[in-house]
Amino acid sequence: MSPEVYMEEKKEKKGTSSTKAPAGATQYKQHLVKFQSLIALFMLCLVIGLLSDKFFTVANGWNVMRQISVNICISVGMTLVVLTAGIDLSVGSILALCGAITAGLLKFGLEIPALDMFIGFTVLGAILAGMLTGTALGAFNGWTITKFKVPPFVATLAMLTIARGLTMLWTEGFPISNLGETFSYLGTGWFLGIPLPVWISGIIVLAAVIVTKKTRLGRYIYAIGGNESAARLSGININRIKIIVYSIAGGLAAIGGLIVTSRLDSAQPNAGMSYELDAIAAVVIGGTSLSGGRGTIMGTVLGAIIIGVLNNGLVLLDVSPFWQQVVKGFVILLAVIIDKANSKGE
Amino acid sequence: MPILPGFLKLLSEIENRHFMLTELPASKKSCVLCLIKKPTYIVLVAENITKRFSGVVALDQVNMELHFGKVTAIIGENGAGKSTLMKILSGVYPDYEGRIVYKGNTVSFSNPREAQESGIAIIHQELNLIPYLSITENIFLGRELETAWGTLDAKAMRHQTEKLLRKLKLDVAPDTLVHELKVGQQQVVEIAKALLLDSEVIIMDEPTSAISESEVEVLFEIINDLRRENKAIVYISHKLDELFKIADRYIVLRDGKTIESGDMAGMTHDRIIQKMVGRGITLMRKTPCCKQKQEVLKVEDLCLKHPTRPQENLLKNVSFSLGRGEIVGIFGLMGAGRTELLETIFGLHGKQISGRMCVEQQEVHFKSPAYAIKSGIALVPEDRKKDGLVLGLDVKTNICLTTLESMEDMGMLNDSKECNLADKYIEELRIKTSSSAQAAKNLSGGNQQKIVIAKWLATKPKVLLLDEPTRGIDINAKNEIYKLIQALADAGLGIIVVSSELPEILALSDRILVMAEGCLTAELPVDEATEDSILKAAIPKTI
Repeated sequence: MSPEVYMEEKKEKKGTSSTKAPAGATQYKQHLVKFQSLIALFMLCLVIGLLSDKFFTVANGWNVMRQISVNICISVGMTLVVLTAGIDLSVGSILALCGAITAGLLKFGLEIPALDMFIGFTVLGAILAGMLTGTALGAFNGWTITKFKVPPFVATLAMLTIARGLTMLWTEGFPISNLGETFSYLGTGWFLGIPLPVWISGIIVLAAVIVTKKTRLGRYIYAIGGNESAARLSGININRIKIIVYSIAGGLAAIGGLIVTSRLDSAQPNAGMSYELDAIAAVVIGGTSLSGGRGTIMGTVLGAIIIGVLNNGLVLLDVSPFWQQVVKGFVILLAVIIDKANSKGE
Repeated sequence: MPILPGFLKLLSEIENRHFMLTELPASKKSCVLCLIKKPTYIVLVAENITKRFSGVVALDQVNMELHFGKVTAIIGENGAGKSTLMKILSGVYPDYEGRIVYKGNTVSFSNPREAQESGIAIIHQELNLIPYLSITENIFLGRELETAWGTLDAKAMRHQTEKLLRKLKLDVAPDTLVHELKVGQQQVVEIAKALLLDSEVIIMDEPTSAISESEVEVLFEIINDLRRENKAIVYISHKLDELFKIADRYIVLRDGKTIESGDMAGMTHDRIIQKMVGRGITLMRKTPCCKQKQEVLKVEDLCLKHPTRPQENLLKNVSFSLGRGEIVGIFGLMGAGRTELLETIFGLHGKQISGRMCVEQQEVHFKSPAYAIKSGIALVPEDRKKDGLVLGLDVKTNICLTTLESMEDMGMLNDSKECNLADKYIEELRIKTSSSAQAAKNLSGGNQQKIVIAKWLATKPKVLLLDEPTRGIDINAKNEIYKLIQALADAGLGIIVVSSELPEILALSDRILVMAEGCLTAELPVDEATEDSILKAAIPKTI
């Protein structure tokens, strides 16, 4: 063995041992960061529990879970979008439109005067039509963003207005109510002792975790958000992935719309107003970077739970709803500041 | 006379203090004395400037002086350290070793603004103007004039701008938006900005790289005027003919060291080229591959349109072929079209190209990189951080990114398959990482480059395109990558290496192609190629 080769190998060993230490440190830090939101949630629950004896009751627990299930549906889609370094402002409006479409089809069916046709809808048919609408609008978002290079903020802002306008047109500005018992079971029913909306959001979360961790699509989402240029050079069809992601976001917003409509047994034309902001808040509190490529579904779920518990707690403590908004804003700020401080060392 | 001994004592004290403070060798002493003796024509002296980037020495004890009323040309290959030196002078890099003496005082700028305010202006290759602001607004940006009321004094600024533009013979209204100007005119606006600050030193980095011939004439007139006004001008260009036209003095840098400086008069093309490259080849030459080769890639009449100027071509009728197991080196100076050539072959410029391409005798048209990858072409890009890696993701994910389809079991990614692939390449390419779960950003440059190579080897390519494979990595890692490239060629891959380092090209290649301004200007078998012959073919003929 020549001395040169020997030297190289020696260096190699050195290099390995020296890279190990910072790796351990970052891993430790990552764990800390992961538990940070959990600790925050735990403390929050503790404080509210101490101040209000109604907080730690089974009924209130399900109540909170049911309330946040809609936000979880939307935020899961939002997480995927944000992971690609995008944003989707249109989910609130899509939620309203899809809820209204399902309600309208269920109640009145679809009349096509030009063809002299009437189509009646079963519950399942109406639900599918609603979800299809949401997915299609999401795909439209993705199409404008990739084909015409419209910045996601602008494209989805436009869709926010478009979908809201379509909702008003469809409902003529009036709520569509009394949708039948079968449909209202979706939002109010229980299955195996757990509210149905919680089941739905739980399944969505599970599916999203699998997609992000275990599938090609998930891997591509992280790669695109982390470095779009490197992803393109790796042969990934970026436009396709983005369209899929925005479609998923739209479809999940539609499911949120179904839950809301079913729970109220009524599709409100102004449902889902500013829901997109709650979803973005959950994503951000959950530690997903708005510049893409970094974040997890479970983080977002935690973020949504923190927001939900906070809302619930402030109501139980009889805090004015105006103050609730102020508090929520500061929580978002705090979360981002902590996140920045954590990632500074990297 | 009591004054004289006192003065001498003072002088020697000055000298001694310098000596004690910096503890530098005796050559320094003469430098200080030289400053005292001839302050009239030297505006700036840089002494023993050393700059390191995370361990890699970019500048090594560089010395230079700039004279009032002279144009000093900085000459050197890509990576010789020209830009780094200019960035130190202009305050972009505040950390360096050594000393800069400007107009007799030691200075250290902590940011570009400080340098500008003391009179050192730099005009970057990429102009720093704001396109949708007017000329006046750009020139006064950050130093706007205000009236007594605290509002902008538009009239005064406009008036001054008019004066400057007249002086620079730019015949446009001061209210014109900058994006409406031609590149050459924008450059004049940058010069006006420098003049507004009464800059003594004006640095121009490749000022003619993007402008037309007539605009070059205008620029040279302006430079001549500035010279008459006693400004010191630093001129960086690859176009040697230009330097003979405009420069009074020259400084040659090579591998971060000052090689020679002196008066331009009496210099010849060949002498400059010799100074630029004159170094021994330290790499071991490989045995040239056997001549009977199977053609794996063939390119005929490849043209690439300029993305914004459709009448111009970035690549002009490029034709060549590549055999199995062959390493072809492509050399060219900045802007010669080397990177564009690789990108075009890799399918990144789908619509703007014309010409024919064959992979293993099959004609191919790549609409996107995905098609190129399917045909067995892989590109290791020039900027691995920007285009090669997803830095935030781990080593395993980066390696598997190109071949995820084969990692799937019933639609789910199989973690153990991924780990196996990653571990295989970590071992084969000797990637130094604590584990395959380590984030790519925590690895050194050489190991990051190996990850990029690994991710492409995973696609089992027939042709490997390497764009500056050893940029910014240390010498040991470089040698490892050279060995790797040769081993891959021995295993039957066709390899194209683009590099701006001549010794690298000479040591690695079986055949060398030289590019200049989008054309292939020479094709040399490695045993006939010399650094001189390559560089001669690489230097653009037009100015």
